[in-house]
Amino acid sequence: MKAFDELNIPADLKYAKDHEWIAAAAPFRVGISDFAQDQLGDLTYVEFPEVGADIGVGGEFGSLESIKSVSTLFLPVAGKIVAVNDALADDPGLVNRDPYGEGWLVEIAPADAAGLDALMDADTYLQHVKDNG
Amino acid sequence: MRYFPHTEEDVREMLDAVGAASNDDLFAAVPSSSRFDAPPALPDPLDEWDLRRRFDELASAGGGDWQVYLGAGSQAHHVPAVVPALAGRSEFLTAYTPYQPEMSQGTLQAIFEYQTLVSRLTGLAVANASMYDGSTAMAESVLMAQRVTKRRAVAVSRLVHPHYREVLKTYLAPAEDVDILELPALPDGRTDVSGLAGLDKPAVLVVQSPNFLGVVEDLAAAAGAVHAAGGLLAAGFTEPFALGLVKSPGRCGADIAFGEGQGFGLGQSFGGPGLGIMAAKAEFMRQIPGRLVGETVDNRGQRGYVLTLSTREQHIRRGKAVSNICSNAGHAALTAAVYMAAAGGSGFRRITQVNRDVAEYLKAGLLAAGFTALTDAPTFNEFALRAPAGFDRVYEGLKRDRILAGLPLSRYYPEYDGAWLFGVTEVSNKADLDRLLELVRKGLAC
Amino acid sequence: MLDAAPEPVGASGLILNEPPLWERGRTGRSAISVPNPGVPSSPMPQDVAGDGPDWPDLSELEVVRHYTRLSTWNFGVDTGMYPLGSCTMKYNPKVHEALAALPGFTRAHPLLPAEASQGALRLIHETERLLADVVGLREASLQPAAGAHGELCGMLMIAAYHRHHKTGKTKVLVPDTAHGTNPATAAMCGFSEVKVPLGPDGRIEVPAVADLLDDDVAAIMVTNPNTLGIFESNLPEISRMLHERGALVYGDGANLNAVMGRVDMDKMGVDVIHYNLHKSMSTPHGGGGPGSGPVAVGERLVPYLPGPRVVKTADGSFAWNDDLPLSIGRLHAFHGQFGIFLRAYAYLLSLGKDLPQASGFAVLAANYVQEKLKDAYDLPFAGRCMHECVFTDAKQREFKISTLDIAKRLIDLGYHPPTIYFPLVVNGAIMIEPTETESKEELDGFIAAMRRIAQEAAGEPDVLHAAPALTKVGRLDETAAARKPKLTGDMGQDA
Repeated sequence: MKAFDELNIPADLKYAKDHEWIAAAAPFRVGISDFAQDQLGDLTYVEFPEVGADIGVGGEFGSLESIKSVSTLFLPVAGKIVAVNDALADDPGLVNRDPYGEGWLVEIAPADAAGLDALMDADTYLQHVKDNG
Repeated sequence: MRYFPHTEEDVREMLDAVGAASNDDLFAAVPSSSRFDAPPALPDPLDEWDLRRRFDELASAGGGDWQVYLGAGSQAHHVPAVVPALAGRSEFLTAYTPYQPEMSQGTLQAIFEYQTLVSRLTGLAVANASMYDGSTAMAESVLMAQRVTKRRAVAVSRLVHPHYREVLKTYLAPAEDVDILELPALPDGRTDVSGLAGLDKPAVLVVQSPNFLGVVEDLAAAAGAVHAAGGLLAAGFTEPFALGLVKSPGRCGADIAFGEGQGFGLGQSFGGPGLGIMAAKAEFMRQIPGRLVGETVDNRGQRGYVLTLSTREQHIRRGKAVSNICSNAGHAALTAAVYMAAAGGSGFRRITQVNRDVAEYLKAGLLAAGFTALTDAPTFNEFALRAPAGFDRVYEGLKRDRILAGLPLSRYYPEYDGAWLFGVTEVSNKADLDRLLELVRKGLAC
Repeated sequence: MLDAAPEPVGASGLILNEPPLWERGRTGRSAISVPNPGVPSSPMPQDVAGDGPDWPDLSELEVVRHYTRLSTWNFGVDTGMYPLGSCTMKYNPKVHEALAALPGFTRAHPLLPAEASQGALRLIHETERLLADVVGLREASLQPAAGAHGELCGMLMIAAYHRHHKTGKTKVLVPDTAHGTNPATAAMCGFSEVKVPLGPDGRIEVPAVADLLDDDVAAIMVTNPNTLGIFESNLPEISRMLHERGALVYGDGANLNAVMGRVDMDKMGVDVIHYNLHKSMSTPHGGGGPGSGPVAVGERLVPYLPGPRVVKTADGSFAWNDDLPLSIGRLHAFHGQFGIFLRAYAYLLSLGKDLPQASGFAVLAANYVQEKLKDAYDLPFAGRCMHECVFTDAKQREFKISTLDIAKRLIDLGYHPPTIYFPLVVNGAIMIEPTETESKEELDGFIAAMRRIAQEAAGEPDVLHAAPALTKVGRLDETAAARKPKLTGDMGQDA
């Protein structure tokens, strides 16, 4: 497990308490944080939602599997799924190796851009991780 | 008691170590509100001698000395001596589920091989490590098809083993929104799948081939019908030996195969333990219930085997698991694998042909004795015939000689009143069958 | 310095390689005897005929060597101590195998008329009676094929009870310590799961249940003792509350080995309990099954038991009864795992009145192990345990040693590891169930091995990270296995 000072928490993203991130501007990609991928360990499978699905705030948009766990994914803002990262079907380890880049999960069209304002910035999120680790 | 190793001295030392005055003190957490008021009335312990005597007495009335000309889901196949000798090795028998792969490679490789042999038998890419028996494999096949198709409606051939259909009904009882459509038989002894058209959005069509009447179904036609309606075909068998001679379910277009594997080196043992065989197309890998063994490598680069895709299972996914199954029929699967390995493809084809031959011989003999055909489609090992007048009297008479000459179908199928199901395997030869036929002819004549 | 301790039982020896079956053999060989029945041949008609499976062809000696070599890579109770928590890996008596192989049983067809199989019916009837008596319940059914199947049977009965009484109840309470089969079974029976949090002493508490109990609760599923090895002493009161609201109590018998003949399930308010005959009743587990999961019920659920049932008639003979209007029906193609009943019946007769003593020694052994290890490993719930004790890796984490490393090192020292990472409520759990059939010397050897590992964790952590070193294969890459599943061998062209 990484120590807190080893975590990579980019400043240009928004974060949810369940450890998902979302881009602050279009394209609105969604993924999981470095902290989350480190906690889950080597991922073995990503279950995606259907493209075109409308999902509310905190709604489930798939799951991540490691050999010993299944973690449900919750969408940080309401929106429509416009794309899923097909590369993860062949190489789910991308989420571990590059959680903010090649390891993105889905791209959404937010129902209401103001929803992003309710999310945490990087500093607040890091504090959240330290408090609730 | 011979299985307790503790001497009085051992017990005293252990009690001293834990600081308890007596063994019963360790049960202080059990309140009197949970204890027996009077201890249960258990019998005096038996020594090994008396135990053997009790079992000999029960076994002598167990029914194993009967000559049974009946399959109906339990087949009297020969168990080669090599099978129990190897499967019975206690390293296999006294292990638990292989949670620690480094010290369970024997079980794991054997089950990986079982999955491979079953895949080749059924013609489907993925076989699980077993279900409890054929009937529960069928119920789980239906639940799996409902998950895959996200549909609910179920169509089942009336010629599927009646007990299997009862088990399915038990499994589906809590799902009040699911009706089971029963598809009737055609005059040739195959299932009439035309009724499927009347079912809205079928999840699955379940047929068995050979079916309860021993008839080889037209699985390709069944697959075509259910696929056209957007559902899956779950194709079963009561007798895996048939797959030595007929096209595999996968070749015929089945999406899921299930069946009873007891004939592969397991005794009949009054109906259990059996072996629930289950296989499916590769695309359904993540929806198949039960354990799966996969190949991988170790940290020294060597080939090895592990339980895999466990995220489907109850110990990880809990309430959202694909099934609640935990212990399966692992040792029965291993036993069946030893049988399949011993037979080999060449030996299996030869022994299955012997099975077909003796059954056809008995069928011809009974037809000559006055029975008439109930069905005219091809059969394997089992077949149903209408009996001539007086056969029920002969049947009861044969029972006095410890011969069970078939099963009256009216027990399960009122529409086949007067017809009987017969079954025969390679354990019967021409002399046995001639003797039976002679008894039947004589009985009918008087 | 290591403790002065017995030599570990783990040692290296000559292990032979053995490839998968299809890398052996030659087409045309076979190891079975094919009879010549002396009847004409009848080929299968062309329209249905197939080629049969392309299994590899091996000689009898090839098959014998193959499985003999594979067996040497395995570890069973007959090999050594197997303290797998909540799995009750006690000794499986050899005489049981001989008795279960009697041809009077193995050759019995399940559809023989009752008059032909009185011995088998009597055995079923008496085993049901003995099992019900051991827990103080009314009647038992042997039909379920394994523990989880027994759970399914029990919860289907509870669902049928509520349907019959038109209660409309939809929820099932499941404590945090439950096996995964409990919520999975509840879901299969159409119930939604409500989690019951654990109290500070590892038990479920009356107020926690009271808070969750409403008119929608159909049942609670309780394992007693629970998977922490702690007796749920509040269960009588909890049962009373549930019954008052028209809900029922499911007893998971996975841990029955602690309380055989010692706890009255009826008095405790349990309406249905399942047994794992391959645990408490000493039948061999076979590396995955077949198990057997009978159920016993109190008065409320007797009418819902699966059928058909064996009954004793007025003349003392036995018969099948399928006139059971409220029964949930059939759960197995025939009568359940008869070959397993034989072994359980033999065990019940061999122990008889001594059965409660088996639980006594099982609890003594677990407390002894707990006492001897509690300074070396973190014990999250102090106090006496029942038949198993649960430690964690908390004291070893500072050396970057995890429960997994401890387990793998135990293998090299000659012991099957305990259950690890379960129950889920305990981080890094190490759940040890020694059972009553291990001698004090065996327990001392295991204790010494665990203590040695605790010392190695502090002094030589790399030995633990590299373990196991003596097994045929080292740590296996489970992530690779799950990412690119290879579930069948390469035997040439695709199936």
